[in-house]
Amino acid sequence: MSEVNQDRRQFLARGSALAAGLAIAPGMLLFDFARARPAGEPASSSVRWGMLIDTTQCESGCDDCVKACRTENGWPEPKASTDVQWIRKVDIKQISTGKQVSLPMMCQHCANPPCVDVCPTAASFKRADGIVLVDKHRCIGCRYCMMACPFKARSFVHEPVEDHDSTMPRGQGTVESCTLCVHRVDRGIRPACVEACEKGGHRAIIFGDLNDRNSEIYLRIRSVTTTQLRADLGLDTGLSFVGI
Amino acid sequence: MRTLLLLLLLAVSPAWADSLAPKLDIGKGGQCVEDPAFMRANHMKLILHQRNETVRKGIRGSKYELSNCVECHASKVNHSVLGTNQNFCQGCHVYAAVKIDCFECHSSKPREFMKPSEFAAEEIK
Repeated sequence: MSEVNQDRRQFLARGSALAAGLAIAPGMLLFDFARARPAGEPASSSVRWGMLIDTTQCESGCDDCVKACRTENGWPEPKASTDVQWIRKVDIKQISTGKQVSLPMMCQHCANPPCVDVCPTAASFKRADGIVLVDKHRCIGCRYCMMACPFKARSFVHEPVEDHDSTMPRGQGTVESCTLCVHRVDRGIRPACVEACEKGGHRAIIFGDLNDRNSEIYLRIRSVTTTQLRADLGLDTGLSFVGI
Repeated sequence: MRTLLLLLLLAVSPAWADSLAPKLDIGKGGQCVEDPAFMRANHMKLILHQRNETVRKGIRGSKYELSNCVECHASKVNHSVLGTNQNFCQGCHVYAAVKIDCFECHSSKPREFMKPSEFAAEEIK
């Protein structure tokens, strides 16, 4: 490898170490998460990334998480129902009691993902650390996965993508969905929606390793009642909810 | 006469070949991750292998990443590897008449010329 590249690697390593240190400083509970995987190492199956969404902290009308996702991953504001939508805000109401809840809806990163089962080209796959992704190099745009997903979490890119100036590659004719900000997670940074929610003063989304017994998410799931969406389907989702 | 013609042809052919070869703007350039001749013949195999490693296994930070090609070879004029027939990727692919698929999804610009993220992601790099 050239000298230039070596320097860049060292700079990146120092940069992420510094950033991890900074992130912990303002009292944000990052003890479960300051660990970028070293270069050249694959995602490990000892980790299972997940999210806990506390609907009691989620404000109706606030869409900071959606905006953050759009900026981070470069998808445009949806105008038609067929437009791309990686995450959306949903308001639900229990008719009998009138109880209202607002929550962000996105890929639930199932342990047994139906989208992966139906994909004819193995483009839809689950990474070792539990993140469900579309390998767009293989996706033929058949949209079986969109039909299989009980959460309507995936969308198809109908229009040509004009603007490629984002770190997330996107292209016409492929299916896409929440990647759990895999490009950030691999560098030891939390997903954009989680950060935005906290910035907006809500802390409705907790991100972390479900297998790590010291992680904030693990401890929370142990101590409060959480619900997986459509638990009856036996998907074992990586996302779970409080207050629904 | 025939010998003369042959000699003449031999004399002009290198110059002739040079004039047809694409004049590429190699951008920052410098030492490539492999020998240039090897890269000319095999870069597609390297990035094809790396894309599977990165997307499916999550292996990052390899020297064979597409973004590394772009970082060094984006033109200093339009900050891209595409755009004109002098730009590094486009120039050679037009010359070789091979369709280039990468940039239908991937960015053809180095990171510093991409849209800045509002969040820590970009600051950490």
